Amino acid sequence: MKFERYGRGIAKGMVVTMINLLRPRVVTQYPEQKLTISQRTRGNELVWDKDKCTGCGTCSKTCPQGVIRIETSVGDENKYFVESFEVDTGYCISCGLCVEACPYDALFMGYAYELGRYRRGDLVLTRDEMASEERIRSGYNRPEVAETLPRQTLLIEREGD
Amino acid sequence: MQLRTEPYVLDMGPVHPSTHGVFRMRVTLDGEAVLNLEPVFGYLHRGVEKLAEERAYSGVIPLTDRLDYVASMTNNLAYVLAVEKLAEIKVPERAEYLRVIMSELQRISAHLVSIGSFTNDSGCYFTPFLYMYREREKIVDLFDMVCGQRLLYNYMRIGGVSQDIPDEFLPALRKVVKHLPGRINEYDRLLSENEIFLARTKGVGILPKETAINIGASGPVLRSTGIEWDIRKKDPYSIYDRFDFDIPTGEAGDCYDRYYVRLQEMRQSIRIVEQALKQIPSGPVKADVPQLIRPPVGEAYGHVEGPTGEVGFHVVSDGGIAPYRCHIRAPSLMNLTGLYDMSVGWKVQDLIVIFGSFAITMGEIDR
Repeated sequence: MKFERYGRGIAKGMVVTMINLLRPRVVTQYPEQKLTISQRTRGNELVWDKDKCTGCGTCSKTCPQGVIRIETSVGDENKYFVESFEVDTGYCISCGLCVEACPYDALFMGYAYELGRYRRGDLVLTRDEMASEERIRSGYNRPEVAETLPRQTLLIEREGD
Repeated sequence: MQLRTEPYVLDMGPVHPSTHGVFRMRVTLDGEAVLNLEPVFGYLHRGVEKLAEERAYSGVIPLTDRLDYVASMTNNLAYVLAVEKLAEIKVPERAEYLRVIMSELQRISAHLVSIGSFTNDSGCYFTPFLYMYREREKIVDLFDMVCGQRLLYNYMRIGGVSQDIPDEFLPALRKVVKHLPGRINEYDRLLSENEIFLARTKGVGILPKETAINIGASGPVLRSTGIEWDIRKKDPYSIYDRFDFDIPTGEAGDCYDRYYVRLQEMRQSIRIVEQALKQIPSGPVKADVPQLIRPPVGEAYGHVEGPTGEVGFHVVSDGGIAPYRCHIRAPSLMNLTGLYDMSVGWKVQDLIVIFGSFAITMGEIDR
């Protein structure tokens, strides 16, 4: 193909490149600088409220991957006692269906990322780990929790012209 | 003296940067010219159709995310439309609007990825690609705000959407909708007249109209040949009949037309989002549907116009909690059947451009 217009298209494109050169940078230096994540983050780390849980097992039934294992025994006051509650997060696809299904609002997605572990066994979350106070609850399908979390950083607000 | 040449078989892929995943092309070459081409795929086969048979109806939605992973929302939508048709569920008005907004935003973001990677394939490395990704990031932020993840959204539910949008969503969306047209015009100026880009794409890899119809192509690949076919117009699903938009078409059916149709489609999508923003009502976002639904015995086909073409789900129910059979119509796979006709006779470097212009996703082809 001939250069019929003597490279005018390229010059036009270069103008766009020059405009973009002057725009503020949008990237962040990740481990040092961190952006606030969404209030509804579906982090892999499930958080469990052991007081609200009745051991009905709905979460286990709805899990598409079948990774939630829950064992109960009859406890006092006509309630089930949750003996073991395990989630193999290695197989978890973070779909959040268990949180949506929970009829007693006892299960939450975790407000966390950086989920790498050194050993595969560490990926299996146990009952006490999930009930730990240190875990921050995410607002996924729990609007009352979402209100308490900081606002997500949006690129449109950082960049908008 | 006559030089004797003989054909040479080259395996391009499965691990090759411009095959967009794990696609393998067995190319027979004469020098640099392509004599024959045999696509080999299946490297990313995960058996999604079979897995769907042992999951509850709601549990299949996360699987559909993983088909065309740059356009999860439209995959979700196609599946839930099929199940809703089967179980005769009526979706609340607000949910319909949210679905339209999400799938149009998804179309813009997927087209940005397509154009970005296409320019990468055609030799303008990474400058346009990163511009496109910057704009996509603004849309992905919105998805993240609504459904908590950046890539596999799992947002649509049978009978609506998973949860209502947060309060800060609509103001942010208005900003994005105001901001994007200017950027799209900018990228139009950046690429559409660039002589080098034109030389690489104009007249390359022409798909004739008849072939496009015969192979069952859809989406921008079909529209680039000049056929005005868009399911949003021809068989309006959801509430698409309420919006006013055009179907951009190409003329020649070459790589440039496929790129240009995508660019124009983004503008149309913004138009739809703008109209939806004006009309969106308040109200519930999910019909009263149990988590484990049992649709009546029967079958239904739900299809949407995805970014790559017609995404369709054929769901057969035997009255149980899991689909009896779930067939997926993958647009990328159908479009890719035209690859042989388009690339034979061209050079190896053109083959990369032709292949890139399909904007395929391997997750969808291998399923």
